[in-house]
Amino acid sequence: MKTITYGQAVSEALREELLRDENVFILGEDMAVMGSVFGLTKGFLEEFGANRVIDTPISEAGFTAMAVGAALRGLKPVVEIMYVDFTPVCFDAIVNQAAKMRYMTGGQASVPLVLRCPGGAGRRNAGQHSQSLEALFTHIPGLKVIAPSTPADIKGLLKTAIRDDDPVVCIEHKLLYATKGEVPDGDCTIPLGAADIKRPGRDVTIIAWSRQVHSALEAARTLAGEGIDAEVLDLRSLVPLDWETLASSIAKTHRAVVVHEAVKRGGYGAELAAQIGEDLFDHLDAPVKRVAGLNVVPPFSPALEDFIYPNPGDIAAAVRQTLGR
Amino acid sequence: MKTKKPGRDTLLRFYREMQRIRQFDLKAAELFSQGRMAGNIHTCIGQEATAVGACQALEPTDFITSTHRGHGHCLAKGGQAAVMMAELFGKATGYCKGKGGSMHIADLGLGILGANGIVGAGIPIAAGSALASKIKGGREVTLAFFGDGASNEGVFHEALNMASAWRLPVIFLCENNKYGVSVAIDRVTNIADIADRAKAYDIPGIVVDGNDVVAVFEAVSAAASRARAGEGPTLIEAKTYRHRGHYEGDPQIYKPADEAAGWKERDPLVLLRAAVLTLDPGAAAELAEIETSVRREIDDAVTFAEQSPYPEPGEVVRDVYAADNERSVAR
Repeated sequence: MKTITYGQAVSEALREELLRDENVFILGEDMAVMGSVFGLTKGFLEEFGANRVIDTPISEAGFTAMAVGAALRGLKPVVEIMYVDFTPVCFDAIVNQAAKMRYMTGGQASVPLVLRCPGGAGRRNAGQHSQSLEALFTHIPGLKVIAPSTPADIKGLLKTAIRDDDPVVCIEHKLLYATKGEVPDGDCTIPLGAADIKRPGRDVTIIAWSRQVHSALEAARTLAGEGIDAEVLDLRSLVPLDWETLASSIAKTHRAVVVHEAVKRGGYGAELAAQIGEDLFDHLDAPVKRVAGLNVVPPFSPALEDFIYPNPGDIAAAVRQTLGR
Repeated sequence: MKTKKPGRDTLLRFYREMQRIRQFDLKAAELFSQGRMAGNIHTCIGQEATAVGACQALEPTDFITSTHRGHGHCLAKGGQAAVMMAELFGKATGYCKGKGGSMHIADLGLGILGANGIVGAGIPIAAGSALASKIKGGREVTLAFFGDGASNEGVFHEALNMASAWRLPVIFLCENNKYGVSVAIDRVTNIADIADRAKAYDIPGIVVDGNDVVAVFEAVSAAASRARAGEGPTLIEAKTYRHRGHYEGDPQIYKPADEAAGWKERDPLVLLRAAVLTLDPGAAAELAEIETSVRREIDDAVTFAEQSPYPEPGEVVRDVYAADNERSVAR
């Protein structure tokens, strides 16, 4: 075990996979000479050379589709889209190409592509650099979607995503990069589609992913002081979804609160709430609550931005409501 | 780089390949009009010389990306008519088990990285395949077929720019058939030759007669040599004409009345037939034999397709994912 930041964990995962498999390469804006705008690939160009760590022009549509072409040829591109907000620029490559190639070709084609997408609000970056867009991707059959919350999880899941034969969208909240945590030594892979109970509890299941896991944990600590024992379930992977862990948690607690930073309308939380309502109704003692972002454009002003995403107080309040307190 | 002028036997081989495409698409159009096929059919009748000239200049280990009007490209790259026809019928024996249909024929083993239903999408995918060859140190060349309409998509420019900057072994082959669905290219594009756009990326831009199979063959051969020598991409514009509508049943009100007749005289199969007979007046019997044997191949393809089973219902949820498919489809 060692303690490193989330950003260092991304960096270690990338480096270890570049070392492990010569088919892995990195493609994106500012990835080589600069070592990425978040400093995640510093020194990679010197270590792996210009064929494996590639600085692209600002052509997201073009280079993401090129990654699809390279993946069809058996390479394993790891593409960074500098902000998840830029993925609409290259949506065709993701939605119509990467996601559909296997099915449309009757199973012939594999697109082992990882799209790393830094996302999320809180850095005063305004409307086009602050969104949480995971629901755009969970909506598309053929894509897998992960949104890890800790250094150990991002390292393990990113490594697995790179080895996976399907296209995986990896959502990395920008405010997590500097957060620290323990990471196991060795080849610490984590399977896709395995949720993690970050805090066991008996009274309510708080389902979260990415940065909101930390807000949920803080809310749970507050609630513990009030005699409420909340379980915090970190999905880690949205597609595939670890339904078994989620269902057994709710079978135990009989209450669920889904938390995400993305806007509430059409969010993945709506999907989860619907599935829980359809399949776990008999276990529920209260309606499923959603705590999510406001249905607005991320504003710039610090006086406004902090209102748009859930904070621990919002989560604690929702939990009290489900418990009738 | 000089390539040898194709001789009589080579021209006869080209003729066979072009006949395969012509007869395949004529048959597909006929079956579609009879309601024996679902969906949409985009035929490439009139554009056979471009598909064959290009693919004959490639090696079996080379790659192509194709378009919604892609039957010709796939047949020319070695696609089996029967397996393609079965795909058009939505049968389990088709190239894509009936899941792709006319617009998504692919055979990765033959280097066909896929026809594509999104205009222009194959261009950067081809450039990405070429990037893979560069990274792996392979000698394969990738050729992107696309139309005049696709040359106005952003990814055309992005792919040409990156391919040029990184000297990728890729050939951009624009089949200018004059129309993007109903819109004539000269109504929406203020240059006479799409090949001129190569100048913006400092790569060769070449205009060829797309109805002259030898001209296409020679241009693509030269571009492939350049690519293999590490000299980077080439943009080739093959001027040709779409004899039929964008889709079968298209009334084509947008085409001037006198336009088609001239292009019919310059039908690529008529031109090639004449060229063969000029070289060897005694080749008439061989040409006729080719037409008959291709007719048999296409008839057999239809029989195979019609007699093949449809995919069983359970197939609908397979092949979405390589790993964890069942769980990822279920929720």
